[in-house]
Amino acid sequence: MNRIDDRLSFRTGSVDMTHGGGGRAMADLIRDLFHRHLANPILDQGHDAALFDVPAGRLVMSTDGHVVSPLFFPGGDIGALAVHGTLNDVAMAGAKPLYMTAGFILEEGFPLADLERIVLSMAHAAREADVPIVTGDTKVVEKGKGDGVFITTTGLGVVPDGVHIAAQNARPGQAILVSGSLGDHGVAILSKRENLEFETGIRSDSAALHTLVAAMVEEVPGIAVLRDPTRGGLAATLNEIARTARVGMVLDEAVIPVKPDVAAACELLGLDPLHVANEGKLICLCAAEDAERLLAVMRRHPLGEHAAVIGEVVEDETGLVRMKTGFGGQRIVDWLAGEQLPRIC
Amino acid sequence: MKYVDEFRDRNLAGKLAGAIAAEADPARHYYLMEFCGGHTHAIFRYGVQDLMPDNVTFVHGPGCPVCVLPVRRLDDAVELAEHHGVILCTYGDMMRLPGTRQRSLIRAKADGADIRMVYSTADALKIARDNPDREVVFFAIGFETTTPPTAVAILQAEAEGLSNFSVFCNHVLTPAAIGHVLGSPDPRDPEKVRIDGFLGPSHVSAVIGSRPYEAGADLYRKPVVIAGFEPLDVMQSVLMLIRQINEGRYEVENQYTRVVTREGNQKAQALVDKVMERRDAFEWRGLGMVPDSALKIRECYAAFDAEQRFEISKKTSREVKSCECPAILRGAKKPTDCKLFGTVCTPDSPMGSCMVSSEGACAAYWSYGRFREPARKKEAVA
Repeated sequence: MNRIDDRLSFRTGSVDMTHGGGGRAMADLIRDLFHRHLANPILDQGHDAALFDVPAGRLVMSTDGHVVSPLFFPGGDIGALAVHGTLNDVAMAGAKPLYMTAGFILEEGFPLADLERIVLSMAHAAREADVPIVTGDTKVVEKGKGDGVFITTTGLGVVPDGVHIAAQNARPGQAILVSGSLGDHGVAILSKRENLEFETGIRSDSAALHTLVAAMVEEVPGIAVLRDPTRGGLAATLNEIARTARVGMVLDEAVIPVKPDVAAACELLGLDPLHVANEGKLICLCAAEDAERLLAVMRRHPLGEHAAVIGEVVEDETGLVRMKTGFGGQRIVDWLAGEQLPRIC
Repeated sequence: MKYVDEFRDRNLAGKLAGAIAAEADPARHYYLMEFCGGHTHAIFRYGVQDLMPDNVTFVHGPGCPVCVLPVRRLDDAVELAEHHGVILCTYGDMMRLPGTRQRSLIRAKADGADIRMVYSTADALKIARDNPDREVVFFAIGFETTTPPTAVAILQAEAEGLSNFSVFCNHVLTPAAIGHVLGSPDPRDPEKVRIDGFLGPSHVSAVIGSRPYEAGADLYRKPVVIAGFEPLDVMQSVLMLIRQINEGRYEVENQYTRVVTREGNQKAQALVDKVMERRDAFEWRGLGMVPDSALKIRECYAAFDAEQRFEISKKTSREVKSCECPAILRGAKKPTDCKLFGTVCTPDSPMGSCMVSSEGACAAYWSYGRFREPARKKEAVA
C-alpha cells in the first residue's frame, strides 16, 4: 500500500511525526480533517492569522487547555469539552462569544479515527453554539511525550453595554443561584477511569452556556457575578468569590440540586459533590429582589430547568462560606485541599 | 438516596436532640470520646455538635490511621520508593502526609520516585502482575478494617506466584489503643484527658466484633457504645452513653446492630491470623510505644514482607517541633490549642498528620468547623 495513503486513512491510520513536520502530510491532515470538518468563511481564508471584523464595545478573551482523561466519556469528549469550556469562560463575563481558535498537541501513534471523531465533535459543538473556529495549530510530539491529544482553545466575545460582571461585585444581601444539578461531569469522568470503572447512567453536563447567559443578562443586566463551577466544584468557585469580594456566604444544603446517582457515587467514593467538577452549570449572584425573576428566566431555558436559589451573601470579612446542613447543623464549605481527581477537563 | 438519607433525617435528628437535652443532667458535663476519625468527620460534616446541649463535649480520639502513623514509618516508605527502586503503591490519603523535614510521598513522586495511588490491594496486585521485572510494595496502613484485604492480597500473591510483590505492614489494633488512652495517663499529668464514655468504632467492630472492648470497659469502668458512622447513629449512641453514665453503668452496648455482632467477622479474623501476628510493641504518633498494638507479617510469609525483603536504613525521624498532633491524638488538646493551626498549618500545607486526612481532627475543625472558634491571629505564632 502507498505509504502516504496509509497515513491519511481515517479508518486505520495513526498520527506520525510527519503530521507535525510542516510538509505535505501536515498540509493533508489540515485540509482533510480540520478544514473539512470545521469549515467556515474565516477559516477557509487559509491564512495563519484569521481576519475578521469586531463590533464596537468591550471585548473579552479567554483561553483554556484541555487534557481530560479519558478522552471519550459519557455525555461528551475532549473535543466538545474544549469548545464548551472556552465558550463558558467567555460567557461568564456576560459576553456573547464571537470567535474561537483551537491548538492541538497530538501524540505520535494516536489513531486518526479517534482524532476525526474528536474534530467532528468540536465541529458539532461549534455549529450548535453558532461560534466559528477561525484559526488553529497542530503539533505532534513523540510517543510517550503526550497522552493522545491535548487541545487548547481561545475565545473572543463582546460584552453588552450596561453589563458589568465581576467577582468583586459580590455584596451582602445578594442571592446565590445555581443553574442545575452539581457534580455530573466529575462523576461521569470518574466512572470511566481505569481501576475505578463503575456502572452509572450519569452523563457529563458538558454544554455551552452562552445562550442561557444571554437570556439572563437581558432580563437582569445588573447581574453581579457569574461563574462556572468547573474544577473544585461549587465549593471552590464560591470560596474564590468570597475571598475576592471579602464577603461571607450561607448556603442551604437541602435545596442544592444533586442527582441521586451522583450523590450515591460520591457517597461510595468518599467525595463531596460540592467539590466535584461541572462543565455545563453556572453560579449567579444577583440582588435579592431580582432573584425570582432571574430564576424564572433560567428555568425556561433547557440548560436551567433545575435552577435554584441556594443561599445568600452575608457580611464576613474573613470570607467564610458556611452551610446549613440537611441534618440541621452547620458547617463550612471549604476549598478542596490537594486534588480530588486529576485531569477532569 | 435510599439506605443513606434515612440515617441523615432532619426530623429524627431533632427528636434525638430533644431526648439528649432532656436526659443530660444539667449538673454534670459529659466528655465523650469518639475513637474513630470517621465519627469525627461525621460530627463536623453534618454539624452534629450544633444539636448537642452545651454540657456534651466530643473529645476526638486517635482512630485515624493516617494520623497515628509515626513519622519514622513514613520516612521508611519514602526511602523504599526513593532508594530501593520499587513501585510503591499507597492509598491516596498517605500521599500528602509530611515526614521528616516535610518530605512527603507526593514530593518524592514529583522528584521521580515511582509512587502509585491505589484504591484497593487488588490494584496493587495488578500493578505487580503488569510489571514482573519491578519490585512492587504495597504500603499497608489502617486498623482492623483494612487488614483483611492486605491479608487476602498476600495469600493471592502466594497463590499466583507473584514473587515481585511485598507489603510494608503498618496495621494497628484498636482495643490496645483504647486501653492505652484510658490507662496510661498519670493521674497527676496536667494533660490528663477526661473521658466519661466512648463512641466505639463501627467498621473496625464489624470485623473484630464488640467483644474485644468488654475487658477494657470493665477495667476502666467506662461505657462503650459501638456507633455507626451516620450522623443519626452518632446521636443515638450519645443518648445511649448518657443513659449509661446517668445510671452508673459501664457496659459495651451496640448501637450499630445492622452491621456489628459480638463475635465479628470470623472468616476475616481467621484470614488475618493466618498471615499476620502481633508485634510486641509499635510506635503510634501521639501515644508513643503501645504494647500489643500492631501486626506484622508471619515468618512463613516473610517473602511478602517488605521489611524483610529490603534493608531499610536506621534514621532519625523528626516531627515538626511545635505541632500538637500528639496531644490532640490523645484527646488532651483541641486543634485550636495548637499554635500552628490555621496559620502555617492548613489542609493545603499540612505540618502534622491530623491536618492531612479528612478524618483527622485538625482537618475536620478547619474544613468544616472553624467558624465556631476562629483561628488564632497570625501574630500569635512564635
